[in-house]
Amino acid sequence: MSLWYAICSLIPTDFLSLDFMKNALLAVLIMTPLFGILSTMIVTGRMSFFSDALGHSGFTGIAVGVLCGAAFPIYWAVGLAVLFALLFSYVRSRTSQSADTLIGVFSSTAVALGIFIATLGGGSFTKFNKYLIGDILSVTPREIGLLAAVLLAVAVLWVFASNRLVLTAVHPALASSRGISTARYETLFTVCIAVVVTLAMSWVGLMVINSLLVLPAAAARNIARNLREYHRYSILGALVCGLLGLITSYYIGSSAGAAIALYLALFFTITFALRKTRA
Amino acid sequence: MIPFAYNHTGGCDRACCLKIQDLTVRIGSDTILDHVNLHMHCGQIVALIGPNGAGKSTLLKCILGQREYEGSITFHPAGGGTGKLRIGYVPQSPTFDRGDPVSVLDLFACCIGRRPAFLKPKKAMREKVLACLANVHGESLIDKRVGALSGGELQRVLLALALEPMPNILILDEPLSGVDVEGMELLMDMLDEIRKRFDLSILMTTHDFSMLEKYVDQVVLIREKVLAKGAPLEVLNSDAFYQAFHMGGGAAQ
Repeated sequence: MSLWYAICSLIPTDFLSLDFMKNALLAVLIMTPLFGILSTMIVTGRMSFFSDALGHSGFTGIAVGVLCGAAFPIYWAVGLAVLFALLFSYVRSRTSQSADTLIGVFSSTAVALGIFIATLGGGSFTKFNKYLIGDILSVTPREIGLLAAVLLAVAVLWVFASNRLVLTAVHPALASSRGISTARYETLFTVCIAVVVTLAMSWVGLMVINSLLVLPAAAARNIARNLREYHRYSILGALVCGLLGLITSYYIGSSAGAAIALYLALFFTITFALRKTRA
Repeated sequence: MIPFAYNHTGGCDRACCLKIQDLTVRIGSDTILDHVNLHMHCGQIVALIGPNGAGKSTLLKCILGQREYEGSITFHPAGGGTGKLRIGYVPQSPTFDRGDPVSVLDLFACCIGRRPAFLKPKKAMREKVLACLANVHGESLIDKRVGALSGGELQRVLLALALEPMPNILILDEPLSGVDVEGMELLMDMLDEIRKRFDLSILMTTHDFSMLEKYVDQVVLIREKVLAKGAPLEVLNSDAFYQAFHMGGGAAQ
């Protein structure tokens, strides 16, 4: 971290004069490419509502963690979200109900359970606000290390499995005819999203986190003609919007998560206007 | 049990063949396929026909190994013995999202390459894909997005993909649906060329009977069991065909 602080102090701007801003900047630099990568697969696999539901289950986990007096309720959230993802995959493979219906079932149950536990015994809900809105400035060096480890893990997964993940997402029948175990790859990916969504929840905010998972790739799709461009635009777009959002929130004093989401919406609008040019 | 003489399939005089014997599939108490026997040789085109829900797709899934079954499916390669069957499968299309930013080159890279497809493809991969596409006269499609292909173009691309690595048997699920008349002729001519050039067997399901006589060696009519099989005209003029498609029979709701 001291190396990072030294690098930051080379940039003569009052924006980076405080340590928590340096932390936040590093967190954004790690987190946004991560969201950019995952986003491509979420949108291709039509899982945007699923990632939203995972955030909700993470909230339930936090409520359970707080109830149990855990020092780091975020780990409870990760655990419960992974459990939720596995349970969802299990139920989906054993029913003919459509995925969006099941997501509705799971998502509303998770939220209800979370609120129920959070308000148990007349408890106040306000202590949970930070998870709903999120606060990137509260990120600690320890958490940044965790994020970096997750980014590394996802990058490794992508190098080894992205071909099969893409094929599973675009054409499950074709994938399984070529010997790919589609169920295994779907589960692997949902667990991956579960971990990332819940880890990032307390910094980005549950209410806007899904925009980070959907908008980068949605915007990239408007103009990308192949997978290479798709990944490039999605990651770069997320990174640039993340930086702009953080800087804007510093000077205006708004929530960084919301500012980033708004920049991403602008990114989508711009690519939407340019979409005619693709082959 | 089967009241139709089949003149194609007595002994196995050709070099290699696929044999399906007593294939039965049940879901709970329902029987989907009932003691199906099928025998096809290399270089043959076999069409599987039957009303909706007759078990055509189930039979394909059994051959693909995606479904549990009773009975046996065996493959005998040229020169005797038993060999591992390599299947090329062309799934029913179109199922790609029109907006997917996946080019034809990407699709091939995902299926046959180890290098992640989101990186810049190597020259060798591009050349290999061009060679695959040449089998279906589709070299010009390489940089198009799969979502932007027409029905016929998509079928050709999927066909080229199914031929890499070269299979013993090629299975096509409804290749003619969503393809116009010219596209059908083109596709069937191509299949004809491929089976002659590579000496592989082709098994396809179809609802279009106009192509059968010109291109197909054997037609198999199934509804739960094999109702008729043989040369195209023989099956198309049979009572079983008439009952299955015109009277509705037990399939009518």
